[in-house]
Amino acid sequence: MGKVAIIGVGQSAFVRSYPGSVRELAFEGFKEAMQDGGIKASDIDASVICSAPEYDKQRSPAGVLAEYLGLNPQPTFYVESLCSSSSMGLRTAYALVASGLHDVVAVVGFQKMSEISSAESQERMGRGADIQWESPFGTMMPAYYAMHAQAHMARYGTTSEDLALIRVKSGTYGQGNEKAVYRKGVTLEMFSQPGTAMSGPIASPLRVGDCCANADGSSCIIVASEEKARAFSKKPVWIMGLGSATAPVNMAGRDSLSGLFVARASAEQAYRMAGVAAKDIDVAEVHDCFTIAEMMAYEDLGFARPGEGRDLIRSKETYKEGSIPVNVDGGLLSKGHPIGATGGSQIRTIVLQLRGEAGGMQVKDPEIGLIHNIGGVGLYGNVTILGR
Amino acid sequence: MSEKKEADVRFSKFGTVSFTSLTKTNDFIDYLEQGKLMGTRCRVCGMVFFPPRADCYGCLSSDMEWFEVAGTGKLVSWSTLRYAPVGFEGDLPYSIALLDYGDYKVFGRIAGDLTDDDLKVGMEMKAEVNHLPNGQINYVFRKA
Ligand SMILES: [Zn+2]
Repeated sequence: MGKVAIIGVGQSAFVRSYPGSVRELAFEGFKEAMQDGGIKASDIDASVICSAPEYDKQRSPAGVLAEYLGLNPQPTFYVESLCSSSSMGLRTAYALVASGLHDVVAVVGFQKMSEISSAESQERMGRGADIQWESPFGTMMPAYYAMHAQAHMARYGTTSEDLALIRVKSGTYGQGNEKAVYRKGVTLEMFSQPGTAMSGPIASPLRVGDCCANADGSSCIIVASEEKARAFSKKPVWIMGLGSATAPVNMAGRDSLSGLFVARASAEQAYRMAGVAAKDIDVAEVHDCFTIAEMMAYEDLGFARPGEGRDLIRSKETYKEGSIPVNVDGGLLSKGHPIGATGGSQIRTIVLQLRGEAGGMQVKDPEIGLIHNIGGVGLYGNVTILGR
Repeated sequence: MSEKKEADVRFSKFGTVSFTSLTKTNDFIDYLEQGKLMGTRCRVCGMVFFPPRADCYGCLSSDMEWFEVAGTGKLVSWSTLRYAPVGFEGDLPYSIALLDYGDYKVFGRIAGDLTDDDLKVGMEMKAEVNHLPNGQINYVFRKA
């Protein structure tokens, strides 16, 4: 089986409310990836379209987008795994290329969350959980992650300030990311003063500042066989490892709430496939939909031992100059989280890092990067390892 | 001529807003109305399920019996919500939680008169059937 590469990456700006239609939004990320890869639509053999369909008015968007992006008559696939849809799309594209069925595949992620109100959006996100047995209690994504935060604090002594430190790091890098929806710096004082931007309670112990914002956005990753990659690209980035896992949707089916099983399982698979360990990762993008999610990711990915994630953030080891830079593009907390586009944006960041093209967020000479992308509250997990 | 059979939508009574009406575990609601919180156990292989299931993934049997969630469970975690999804605004503030009974865990609500200050991870709690003002029914956790 030949190697599989990423030869083009792109994303739209992530914005509060996109002034256009879904197909126009998807075009933005696609165009950037095509220009980045220096290829034409006729070079693409198939597309994988990724979103969470509950936000869409359009039924079966894959066919509509394929036409708008100039990808008729090539086949298209529609892939959904909530917030990890486009990482699942990358996995699908890898399988399509590695099998020899297609040589070049475009993975297009999108979400236009602003079509519905924030409360409606929360209701839909709650229904990404167990609608029969949990949603009737009035569940929401922030509350589920808050339960994980509460459990992590009780078990390990993690504090609300430790979580706020993660948001402060996010703000440090979000300021410099022109694609981010939230581009202001964040200080601990913004959490500690009642009535200030970050301090309002959402779901105990999480506060406003612990949560990412909804956004509209699109992303695109162009995947190619080794032969095509060498023909098209001067700087192909190779897919070294892929891991993916599922877990029970109901919290009652989880063995612990102080970490995510799907992250641990996906990481183990991806490390094994790539033949590397946590210590070999030079730069990482993790799914920080909430500050606690990044804290758990440190531990689930093996960057820190269970319960010691707080030491990483307290000592700034996950900053750009640290031993394991994490989310130095501002992460979901600053970029915003347009569900179906998120994984592709994370992958784009790591590809740019490995090519040395990350501009102001560039970490020093990374060779191996990792993407951790979670769907639902640990319902789906994907970990991807890329190398130069 | 066959008579039109009426759909068994008992489950639409579950919780502040139910998103499910038809399920083979509808008897769960009858038990709640009798004051009992019930799970299911596979009669063939003995696997125990909460939330209840009609089918056993362990042995593929659908021969299930009901058992009562009795005694106390340890509080695994909880969260008190200050914002609610559509349809739940009137319940605010409220807390969702998970109890560990050893053989199974139970997800539900904390009783409305308990606050964050009353709660501690690891404390023993018990489940109790709760009638909601809108005629719906659920269960809540109280200090054991
Ligand atoms: Zn069985």
